[in-house]
Amino acid sequence: MDWTRIIVNALEAAVGLQTVVFALAAIGLNVHFGYTGLLNFGQSAFMAVAAYGLAVIVQTYGWPLWVGVLTGLAGAVVLALLLGIPTLRLRADYLAIVTIAAAEIIRLTVRSVTFQNVFGGSDGRQSFSSDFYAHNPYPVRYYHIGSFGFHEREMWVLTVGWVLIAVSCLIVFLLMRSPWGRVLKAIREDEDAVRSLGKNVYAYKMQSLIIGGVLGCLGGFIYALGQNSIQPDIFGTDTTFFAYTILILGGAARVGAPVVGAMIFWVILSLTDNILNEAIDAGYISHSVITTTQTGQIRFMLVGLLLMLLMIFRPQGIFGDRREIALDAR
Amino acid sequence: MRTRVALFLATLLSALFVVLGVAAIPASAEGESIFGFLFQLDKHNQKVSYEGVSVTVKGPAGFSKTVTSDKDGRWTVPVPKPATYTVSIDVKTLPKGVNLTDEKKQSLKVPVLEGQDKPVLFPLGKSERKVQGDWSQAAQLAAEGLRFGLIIALAAVGLSLIFGTTGLTNFAHGELVTLGAIVTWWVSTGNLPFLPDFGGFQFFPAAIIALLVCAGFGWLNDAWLWRPLRRRGTGLIAAMIVSIGLSIFLRYFFLYLFTGNTRQFPDYQGQKGISLGPIDLAVRDYLSMAVAVVVLLATIVALLRTRIGKATRAVSDNPALASASGIDVDRVIRVVWVVGAMLAGLAGILLGLAQGITFQMGFQILLLIFAAVTLGGLGTAYGALVGSLVVGMFISVSTLWIPPELKNVGALGILIVILLVRPQGILGRAQRVG
Repeated sequence: MDWTRIIVNALEAAVGLQTVVFALAAIGLNVHFGYTGLLNFGQSAFMAVAAYGLAVIVQTYGWPLWVGVLTGLAGAVVLALLLGIPTLRLRADYLAIVTIAAAEIIRLTVRSVTFQNVFGGSDGRQSFSSDFYAHNPYPVRYYHIGSFGFHEREMWVLTVGWVLIAVSCLIVFLLMRSPWGRVLKAIREDEDAVRSLGKNVYAYKMQSLIIGGVLGCLGGFIYALGQNSIQPDIFGTDTTFFAYTILILGGAARVGAPVVGAMIFWVILSLTDNILNEAIDAGYISHSVITTTQTGQIRFMLVGLLLMLLMIFRPQGIFGDRREIALDAR
Repeated sequence: MRTRVALFLATLLSALFVVLGVAAIPASAEGESIFGFLFQLDKHNQKVSYEGVSVTVKGPAGFSKTVTSDKDGRWTVPVPKPATYTVSIDVKTLPKGVNLTDEKKQSLKVPVLEGQDKPVLFPLGKSERKVQGDWSQAAQLAAEGLRFGLIIALAAVGLSLIFGTTGLTNFAHGELVTLGAIVTWWVSTGNLPFLPDFGGFQFFPAAIIALLVCAGFGWLNDAWLWRPLRRRGTGLIAAMIVSIGLSIFLRYFFLYLFTGNTRQFPDYQGQKGISLGPIDLAVRDYLSMAVAVVVLLATIVALLRTRIGKATRAVSDNPALASASGIDVDRVIRVVWVVGAMLAGLAGILLGLAQGITFQMGFQILLLIFAAVTLGGLGTAYGALVGSLVVGMFISVSTLWIPPELKNVGALGILIVILLVRPQGILGRAQRVG
């Protein structure tokens, strides 16, 4: 067992692309679920709209990157409006079902053969981020301390990603200490009380859905730029539930919690994956029990179990406050 | 579905012909060639070959050759050297009513390696975008939709009863569906995970064992997870998220045990179709529908007439009042879990018969089950039944106008539209739900 490699991989996972992507998605969910109590099960749809907006504009139509980014952002706003108008007046579980259905609608549509010319079917779109890397300020080399390190392309996308995380956290922090944020938290606690004070609950929920969706869609951009390739099945329901697990692990309704949650989450997954693989390769675990191709399945089982156990025994996560979490449908 | 099965068989068959065809070519045929067979399987799985269809092969250095297929539907073009060639079929020379299943694939680019006889397949059949107003086809699709709707209904009634009595939106319900199908497969093939092969049982005893396993699993679900959570006073949203975690865990546990392959039950495959007017289904399909109808009717009668059924409806209506009038609410919920899991397991077995078994078959129909339940009105068992039939029919019949790969998109789309105009569902009572 090569413990240095296992630990270096875990450290790289702590700041790596997946952590950045899911931290941004979870920051958006935090605005929805943590602060407003909205049960958005379609966060992957916001990420998909952003990633595909960017990729399709750049690759299919050959327009510049900034048009793609604007299209993705506009797409996220439109999606929030489309989801919110029919459901925000209804009970929480209706929003859950409609958002998860909308996410599947988007995934099935972009992977269909019918629209293959635009979205690229199940192969998705590739090679659209050359504009992004053309602005890379890092000279070409390997930046490392020992064997922990990143190439210049990773450095660039991670820098942009972490700056976006910092800005998003700042925005959430400022919003939530404003009077507007206090109304959101009041809606989470008791919608009727807020309504009786003359506030337009529907409008506040809609604003929350849009802001959280736009923050989450940044994760989609970073994923697309970092991988330079997107496939529709990345944006399945599991992605949304990973983001939920991260949010609940960190602690809902805390500004920095999604970031810490994402780091811990991906470190745990990296450690279990690598330790299992090494143990199988070294022969500590028999191939008849599990093979290296099956360790990915163990990862998902672990996430499922983690989500259940957190929700049962510690719904406030690491940093949260139990009284501040919307656990009951009203 | 039917065309896809035919296409799959056609692909398999053509692979076989390729093997035979290569063997039949005399040794003198050195060098490279491109060849193929133009045929289609009719509804009795008989091969129909098409003669006299033009195929053109174009290649580098102006190479171009057009040939026509012989009476076995075979065409062959010897090519001068290994390279990438463009093979196109002249669709105008196809007999009337025969089309490419994918109209965009009229010409294909094929790489030919050194010494290779490269097979090229043009899948023929009904075009996926079907002709509008074909009534016999509409009837066939409606029958298939009815079968699918009944399967969804079995799962949806259980989901709806659980929602009605406990308020839980159970995201792990799809895994109960999968459980029924894969346990039946394990028992009927004898391939239990980690256990020696015992040869397997016939389908019916295997299905009954699977239903008992599902009932046991439903009991465990309530006894070990949901009842303790209810006792702790876990909120409904927290419980919903717990069920999501359970769903992810179980789905990948099934993947681990069952692998990612699509499998078929060993019995009742390759049955001949029986035609009823324009409808042409296998015996097992008629039987599945009959079983589903009988079970659904029995469930409704039980809800209306038996003591436990009346108690269930009372608990759905108002648990506190039911409890005050002497109904053992926990016992009712336990029964609902056991029955709901069995119904879901039966849905899985029937779905497995219709389209094969995978580790995520239940999860794939979960959203359709939700759509059915919401469409009918959350928490009402009859609503779930009506909603399922509407969803099943809609999905199947809509393929007359929209590509089959997008049929679920349509069903999920109407879910959103229904919520816009009638949030309480078709049969739900008009009440404030927000």
